[in-house]
Amino acid sequence: MASPIAWRIATVGTIRDETPTVRSFTLGLPDWPGHRPGQHVDLRLTAEDGYSVERSYSIASEPERRGEIDLTVERIEDGEVSAFLHDVVEPGDRLEVRGPIGGYFVWEAPLGGPLLLVAGGSGVVPLMAILRHRRRTGSHVPTRLLSSSRHAEEIIYRDELDALAAAGDGLEVIHTLTRSQPTGWAGYARRIDDRMLAEVLEPLGVSARVYICGPTALVEVAANAMVRLGLPPDRVRTERFGPTGT
Amino acid sequence: MTERFVTRGFVGRRTQPGAGDVRDRIPPGQYLTTDFPVLSAGPTPRTPLDRWSFTIQGLVREPATWTWDQFMALENQEWVVDISCVTKWTKLDMRWRGVSVDTLLERVELDPTAAFVVAYSDGGYTTNLPLGDVLNGQAFVAWEYDGKPLAPEHGGPARLVVPARYFWKSAKWVRGLRVQAEDEPGFWETLGYHNRGDQWLEERYSGD
Amino acid sequence: MIDHSHDPSMERELDGNALAGMLETLFGSDMTAVPGRCAHCSTVNMVGAMRAYTGGPGAVLRCPACDEVVLRLVVTAEATYLDARGAAYLRLSRR
Repeated sequence: MASPIAWRIATVGTIRDETPTVRSFTLGLPDWPGHRPGQHVDLRLTAEDGYSVERSYSIASEPERRGEIDLTVERIEDGEVSAFLHDVVEPGDRLEVRGPIGGYFVWEAPLGGPLLLVAGGSGVVPLMAILRHRRRTGSHVPTRLLSSSRHAEEIIYRDELDALAAAGDGLEVIHTLTRSQPTGWAGYARRIDDRMLAEVLEPLGVSARVYICGPTALVEVAANAMVRLGLPPDRVRTERFGPTGT
Repeated sequence: MTERFVTRGFVGRRTQPGAGDVRDRIPPGQYLTTDFPVLSAGPTPRTPLDRWSFTIQGLVREPATWTWDQFMALENQEWVVDISCVTKWTKLDMRWRGVSVDTLLERVELDPTAAFVVAYSDGGYTTNLPLGDVLNGQAFVAWEYDGKPLAPEHGGPARLVVPARYFWKSAKWVRGLRVQAEDEPGFWETLGYHNRGDQWLEERYSGD
Repeated sequence: MIDHSHDPSMERELDGNALAGMLETLFGSDMTAVPGRCAHCSTVNMVGAMRAYTGGPGAVLRCPACDEVVLRLVVTAEATYLDARGAAYLRLSRR
């Protein structure tokens, strides 16, 4: 039996463009032991001469999908790995992955809510695993996703989020567009700040579990705001992605 | 030994060491880069210049301290050197401006038992060098890189630069040198890294 | 929590999640949900919430409350070095 942290070979299945710079890859892993929403995998690329690089990518898919996982990857300018994934990888290719990894930034339905998810750009990926899992389990915990993107065209999973929010099971999706907004946009039009977070949190209350993921700057602002709003630190979970396209 | 899995089509972004006529300038195991990667052990200190000082202390008759203005008035020069980081990147012809450690040591009288220095920095970082490794033009304290004031994430206001050693010996945010009779392994030297760090002898880890 | 949100260089600051694979390889189970008590200020935080500085010679985990070093790690070809002096304890659950 492979140890949970051994490297495995995944086979690339479907590749789908989510936005002009973000792409999802379905990786077939027949012996995948399953994962918890929010966990990630390490991906390793190795050249002929042995040079190798590793990156961590959050698992976008819910654990209820067996034998395969989705990764959603933003193409970072000058990104050694993301450029390779976008420009070279094709269905049928094999990639080394290790996982599932992580136990801190995890939500499963039995944990309950209310639930506040805060995403900056591609930080929405692990939160999507949480939302997909939430839907599959039939959970009705009051949940709000606050998602920050620069432009409407860059909203990752937009259609699927609209559909999840229309299901009437207690999920609301709130977008903020920080650089440009379409005509008639009535939503938030600025970077996430204390006031926005207070407004979004309000109906959920200070007993909410909060998951914040995205560029480090956004995570710091949001986590500090949660502390100021009186949430106990262990109810606020964070995952910093470092520099991204947003 | 298991065969390492090779990823189809992956080459990586580094330049092969054998590139053209610079091959001789790249130490063993290193790759050439044109970036200037930012690697840190902690948050970037931000000492305002009016609170900055540099001190030589320890086994000296009298410690010497310079304020920023006094430091700027010291004899200084441009240095063009190659730099190697233990994480395998090498950057050629990096242009710095700074003062030689020789110039700084001229202002103190070393005790005869002086044999080592510990460079210490804002934020708590330290690194150690034999006194002989920082004399005779082998080390300088730089405040400009590429003609511009040294950016905080690269060690500004000023950092130590010791080109003949892996770059972890070139302490960022340096505030002084402590002269000692005994060696005192620093932040990375106490956790598996080589005490001396000569990149031409590939002294990366203790035991190398 | 010390507020780093105003600091432009904190983009490169990650958190314990970035070291999850390395730590699990070392300890044999997930470490990100392990609470650790800072030896300097006694605040308890899960490893996943600690600030991580990586990419250099080694990895450093710092306390989000006081910025002092909690854990340091260096991985060489032969061994992993772990300095845990900055942790008064790590609480590894047996369940």
